[in-house]
This record gives sequence, C-alpha cells and structure tokens, in this order.
Amino acid sequence: MSGFDQGSSSDVLDVHERARFEQLVLPHLDAACNLARWLLRSREDSEDVAQEAMLRAYRFFRGFHGGDARAWVLQIVRNTCYTWLEKNRPVELMTEFDEELHPQQGASPESLAIAGDNRERLRRALETLPPRFREVLVLRELEGCSYKEIAAITAIPIGTVMSALARARQRLQRALTQAPAQEASREL
Amino acid sequence: MSCDYARTALHGYLDGELDAARSAEFERHLENCRECTNTLAEQESLRSSLQRSGLYEQAPLSLRKTIRAELERGTSSPAKRWIPDWRWITAAASIVVVATIAWYAWPRPGTGAGTAAAPFTAAEMIDAHIRSLQPGHLTDIASTDQHTVKPWFNGKLDFAPPVKDFADEGFPLVGGRLDVLAGRNVGVLVYARRKHIINVFVLPTKEPDTPIHPPGLRQGYQWFHWRRQGMEYCAVSDVSLADLHELAQLIYQ
Repeated sequence: MSGFDQGSSSDVLDVHERARFEQLVLPHLDAACNLARWLLRSREDSEDVAQEAMLRAYRFFRGFHGGDARAWVLQIVRNTCYTWLEKNRPVELMTEFDEELHPQQGASPESLAIAGDNRERLRRALETLPPRFREVLVLRELEGCSYKEIAAITAIPIGTVMSALARARQRLQRALTQAPAQEASREL
Repeated sequence: MSCDYARTALHGYLDGELDAARSAEFERHLENCRECTNTLAEQESLRSSLQRSGLYEQAPLSLRKTIRAELERGTSSPAKRWIPDWRWITAAASIVVVATIAWYAWPRPGTGAGTAAAPFTAAEMIDAHIRSLQPGHLTDIASTDQHTVKPWFNGKLDFAPPVKDFADEGFPLVGGRLDVLAGRNVGVLVYARRKHIINVFVLPTKEPDTPIHPPGLRQGYQWFHWRRQGMEYCAVSDVSLADLHELAQLIYQ
C-alpha cells in the first residue's frame, strides 16, 4: 500500500476530533459514494460500502495528519470496495480481463444495444470496463483528480497513471463503438 | 493506433499533466501528426460527454444522516469524559475562588457592582443554549438586520450588547433574546451557520479584556469565552470548532 499512512485505529474520538473529521472528511462523502458506486456497479451496495468506509476513516482519523483529505478518504473507500468485491464477487476480480465476455448482472441484452440515450450508453460502456480501468477514469473524469491523487488512491506508481488512463480511454471508446461480443473476441 | 504519442503523452497533454517542455514537444508533434490530431479531438469529445453526462453519483441524504448518527455513537461522550474534570474544577473553584482557573474553564463572570459572586457555570450556559433550541424559544426578536435587533434590547437590559450581522461572512444574525443566567439578565445574539445555531451570550463585566480562551466542551456543545471592552462573551454551539472560532474572532474584532 502506498500513499498514506492510514494510522492506527481507535474506536473513540473526542468531540474536537469529530469536529475536525466533519470538517475535513465528511465533505467528501459524495466523492466516496461516487467511487464506490462505480467500483461496485450497484447503488445499494455502494451506499453500504461507502458508509463502512467512512466509519473506517473515522476510526483511522488519528492517523491522518493533514494533506489531501479527499485522496486519503478515497483510498480507504477503494480498499473497502476491493475487500467487499473479494468477499462478495470474487469472480469479478479474478476474471477481470474477461469481463467484457460477461456483461454484469442487471445488464440485459437490450440495454447493451447501443441506445440513443447518451448517458445510458456511457454508463453501460463504463461498467463493462475492468475495475482497474474504470476507477482511473472515474477518478479523472468524474472526480477531477490529478495524477498524483490517482496514484495515491489506487496505489499505482505515478509514472504509470498516464498510460493507465490512455488504455482505459481506448477501452472505453471501443466499448462505446463496438458491440460487446465483438469486443471480447477481438481484444482477448 | 500506431503513433506512440497517441498512446501516452497525448493523455498527459489532455489532462494538463505534462511539464512545459513535454507539452511544447507534443504540440510540435501535433502539427504534423494527423492521427494524434484526430485522437485528441475524439478524446476531448469523450471527456466532455462524460463530464456532461450526469454520471456522478451523489450521496443520498439518508446516508449522510446515517453516518452522522454513527459518528455520534462513535464519539466519546463529552459529558462522561468531562464529569471528573468538571468536578475537579468545581472543587477547585470553591477553594481557590479567584480567577486562576479562568484560563481553563468557564471563568467567573464579572460580578458587576459589588454583587455577590454569581458564578454562571458552563452547565447553566449549556442548559440555556439547549433550552433556546426548543421550538419557539430561540429568539424574542427575529432579525431582518442588526438595526432591528439592537434597538430591541433598549430598555430590556441595563447595558447595550454590541450587535453586528455577519451574514456576508456566512454567519447571518437570526435574532436576539433575553435570558437569565444565574439570576442575571443576559443578552443573547443568535447566529446561524448553515443548519446550526450559535448563541452568543453577552453581559457586562468590569474585568479586563482577555483574548479568546481555549474552547470548552460539555454535552457535545463547545464554547469560546472572552472579555472585551467591558463585555463578557460566550459563543456556544454544536457547529464545528473552526466555524465557532471564526465567529468569535469576527465579534472580537
């Protein structure tokens, strides 16, 4: 794990620390929910996981000594998401690069057809990407994170953020322009 | 895709993450590379669709509430933590009497012209704050601006609390109220900070000015106390400490 020292956990913070937590970390609840929603591809699950991550952040808050609070909390959110995925959908992580063969639960064949609706198309395309590509895109394009922040959150070396984004964007573009079946057979 | 630039530097350029030299280098390359020109245009349009798509998922209000409630449970109870300290302070106060503990906790108020000591304790002040939050108890006079609140105190108190609206700084004056603390009439200025209420208790004192004392806390409420120009102030709220301190400083100036 790179980036931040999550510090030691303590179950109970006093009122001052809570005030500081509310001031520094709670404003990033939207960011936490957004990242969790895109990593888990499910709104309900993401709310549970975002909540769990926020409470973990709260327990680890003594280990946060200032700096980029958003990146700090998003790192915890991401870790919590991956732990959740390992436990609840291990197949998804193991077969990361086969994902395009198995459009996720809830994605009916009709919805994968290129719809007129741009938003829906984008959502589907983004969801077909492997989590490691999906997360850099979400962090960069939706969350507006810098490369430095992305590196800290995802624990990838800063020098590879650019190429990770390049690949993720290529994949997204292909997912948008090609039928999923063709995509899978060609890419793999 | 054959051009190496299109696979790497183009993205750094798109994201504004190239340093000046590499950025200039890429721009020179762009002049001669049709592939990169096209890719850049495509990527820019993809980015703008992503950003305009409304795909950002915000936290629902219910989750916000749940988390706050959870934090509440995970926070050490200030009442519990404070009881021993407070007892100690009370005991010390009865022995030491004078204001040596003023720095530490709620100082003894200026007792006015020879009145017997009328210590108004943190407990009394927090009670008054909580009471004010009950429906219909917050203000006696609602504020349209400081000019409606200031004259309202005239004749109701034997002093004129300084009234200022800090709406521009994010602390709108909600109104004013009379309160009685330890048998003394006290003027209260009510400010809002987002959804939080801040009560500023004001009463005259003959004690010298002090800086804003370190914060106190009890039952989850925090306060700042100071004396300035013959007035004793105490700002109390459940708002964040930083916000409360900001208001204290605004009033102090």
